[in-house]
Amino acid sequence: MIRRLGLLLALVLTAPAAGLSQSADATRTSASAFLSGELRAEQEDDTRNRGLLWVDRGLDLWVRPDGARAVSCAACHGAADTMRGVATRYPAVDPASGDLLNLELRVNRCRVSHQGAERLADESEALLGLTALIAYQSRGLPVAVTIDGAQRRFFEAGRAFWHERQGQLNLACSQCHDDNVGRKLRGDTISSGLGTGYPAYRLEWDGLGSLGRRLRACQIGVRAASAPPAGPEQVALELYLAWRARGLPLESPAIRR
Amino acid sequence: MRPRRISMPAVAKRGDIVEIRTVLLHPMITGHTASGANTMPRQIVHTFEARYDGETIFRAEILPGIAANPYLGFTTVATRTGDITFTWIEDGGARTVEQRRLTVEE
Repeated sequence: MIRRLGLLLALVLTAPAAGLSQSADATRTSASAFLSGELRAEQEDDTRNRGLLWVDRGLDLWVRPDGARAVSCAACHGAADTMRGVATRYPAVDPASGDLLNLELRVNRCRVSHQGAERLADESEALLGLTALIAYQSRGLPVAVTIDGAQRRFFEAGRAFWHERQGQLNLACSQCHDDNVGRKLRGDTISSGLGTGYPAYRLEWDGLGSLGRRLRACQIGVRAASAPPAGPEQVALELYLAWRARGLPLESPAIRR
Repeated sequence: MRPRRISMPAVAKRGDIVEIRTVLLHPMITGHTASGANTMPRQIVHTFEARYDGETIFRAEILPGIAANPYLGFTTVATRTGDITFTWIEDGGARTVEQRRLTVEE
């Protein structure tokens, strides 16, 4: 709540109009461009990309009956490749509830309402498997989120969050990921903050993780109190990132440092 | 048995060089932590072996410096139709084993 007030203040006081106009177009480079040639080759080769281990796991779960109704994902949706294109449209507003859902939340809502199953824990291997499987079906397809209608207010909230100074270091996302893309931050290259590779296999994690986990790592980096997992602020930010990445190909499961 | 991926052709011509790629899902816990306090015992895959029709064609001794989810790639020459057996052995003796058929045509 305190941060929300801070958000409003920061918007009023700093009015980052310059940031708003310059964001996106000049700085839209997939983080894959900043990988070494070796890592990029690993990412693009399914026989070497270790993220595919999670896609395999997701495929097992996709066809396995689960929950009180003992139905599998495949029982309603059919084969996993019917999910082609779905990930390009997320985060998206769920018409029934009006909530903005990313893939993780969408999967869990489906589990509870249609399978009668428990929701899967954030960052659990099972949830990562299913989201990686779904995202993988859209590999190479352009991001195509909408920001009109019911999505507009979430988009605006996400954009405000992006430009809000946070934490002890008093940094906004935009100060690194709009203003200093491609420059070095210690040993790494500052990305455009697009999220097209997630869920991604991150070397620092020795495993797959969601975009939310990556965003929380950034928040720890600026020493901010991080939003609760998959809180409304985070999902709104994910929508803003997806809009920044509009038209760029999805790459999940990407390799990231 | 841990999740793994093996990529290799199912069919090859006799004399062809066949490329085989393997990935195993494994945390590879080194037994060392940054603080020096050894709070988790070592838990790594220490041996990998591939046998082609019973004959060892590739063997690796793996040390704690290898990252989690180890990738190993190697080649062999297609000599005869037979099974290639992949075995990963980890601390504690647990094994992950998978077998793939390589069909060799003239």
